[in-house]
Amino acid sequence: MATITTLSEAVAAVVRDGDTVALEGFTHLIPVAAGQEIIRQRRRDLTLVRMTPDIVYDQMIGAGCARKLIFSWAGNPGVGSLHRFRDAVQHGWPVPLEIEEHSHAGMANRYVAGASGLPFAVLRGYAGTDLPEHTDTVKPITCPFTGEVLTAVPALNPDVGIVHAQQADRNGNVQFWGITGVHKEVVLASRRSLVTVEEVVDTLSVRPGATVLPGWTIDHVAEVPGGAHPSYAMGYSDRDNAYYRAWDGISRDRASFGEWLAGVR
Amino acid sequence: MNWTADEMMTVAAARALHPGTRCFVGIGLPSTAANLARRTHAPDLVLVYESGTIGAKPDRLPLSIGDGVLAETADAVVGVPEMFNYWLQPGRIDIGFLGAAQIDRFGNINTTVIGDDYREPKVRLPGAGGAPEIAASCSEVIVIVRQNSRTFVDGVDFVTSLGHGHGASDRARHNLRGAGPVMVITDLGILTPDPETRELTQTHLHPGVSLDQAVDATGWNLRVADPPVVTDPPSGTELSALRSLKE
Repeated sequence: MATITTLSEAVAAVVRDGDTVALEGFTHLIPVAAGQEIIRQRRRDLTLVRMTPDIVYDQMIGAGCARKLIFSWAGNPGVGSLHRFRDAVQHGWPVPLEIEEHSHAGMANRYVAGASGLPFAVLRGYAGTDLPEHTDTVKPITCPFTGEVLTAVPALNPDVGIVHAQQADRNGNVQFWGITGVHKEVVLASRRSLVTVEEVVDTLSVRPGATVLPGWTIDHVAEVPGGAHPSYAMGYSDRDNAYYRAWDGISRDRASFGEWLAGVR
Repeated sequence: MNWTADEMMTVAAARALHPGTRCFVGIGLPSTAANLARRTHAPDLVLVYESGTIGAKPDRLPLSIGDGVLAETADAVVGVPEMFNYWLQPGRIDIGFLGAAQIDRFGNINTTVIGDDYREPKVRLPGAGGAPEIAASCSEVIVIVRQNSRTFVDGVDFVTSLGHGHGASDRARHNLRGAGPVMVITDLGILTPDPETRELTQTHLHPGVSLDQAVDATGWNLRVADPPVVTDPPSGTELSALRSLKE
């Protein structure tokens, strides 16, 4: 049964230095407030996992939380580069960042394998690209039935999975809808999980197309209204496109990022 | 009406999308062109965004592939594993619409790093996203990219998404089901792969663009159709639809 608690207590309970931590949300329901709480608690040496390390990981990387990044697309969607990510990869600032790079199809399947209790997933992927040469976690595999050569990627089972959702009830059952990305997979694949929600309600209403994760699949729930900003929570907020553009300026140099970071801490 | 080179490129790309086509759309130029096609000659174009929105009908240009307007207007919204495994991988999508930071004479695409050393890149780019599997599994690929010698290079620094590899039989060798790039649409014209060698050939030039401009903007010894076709200029209808999309 999920414990309903504050964001700072929940983060303190689930995230430890050196952990492998996945904050997910595919353009929608991104747990940005939780990422900033991890910065505030000064966690270090994390292996950060995320398909699209956008603003939330640019912030955590710039703050020096990460030792390694496992990802498939690192940009500011619709705007351009992630400057803190680039500074870390190109100049090792503020600390060197090891990378393990995949495609979206590969990352999604790695979470599926993790959620399924399997050691790896099979897909038609990466064929003819240079990714397998640089990423150890991409290997060929021969189908035992047809002899066809396909691609295998190992399961992702993070120590901690964190997502944002629209609602939880008082028993910690969580409901989310709209673009749901890999929310279900990352919670089920992770050893410990935290879901931040817009609102804790008495009863979850039946909502076509919504996903419900029973409270017993989740360790901690924290009510954090607006916790996905500048991404959004369908039914509660709109994507703050102006902030994504503004982040380009804030993150561009170390000094302006430093001012932003001081404000968070 | 006057128009810019970027507007000509977007209009040419929109024209390449036939009514009813199921089209996997990236953000930026591909999304603009696909939405223009939907506003003009192909209202029933099926827009698929990798965020899981199938049949999205946005009334304004989304900034990201996951804007709320895409989910609100879609025929179906699916999770990301389902998008790649059920919808893209088996070949249900007709056209994959991609951009590029670098592209070579065989339509191989780099969006990963600039520089010889992957571990010590000159410029770190965003990476693969959905592109490698879009390039592999869609029936055909259309690339939309500005033509200049920084982008049109004699050998990409990193193959993020396979085009025609080193030539004619390379996609078959990798067991890829889709045909790969069938058209590269630029601000100067259109390149299509040679039917035999698969090398990109400049088959079209946009109005007012000289052959020398295209040759100078290309980092390899560019093959040119004899003579190249001059693209029809954007119509008033196309231009006003494009400009209203951007308002």
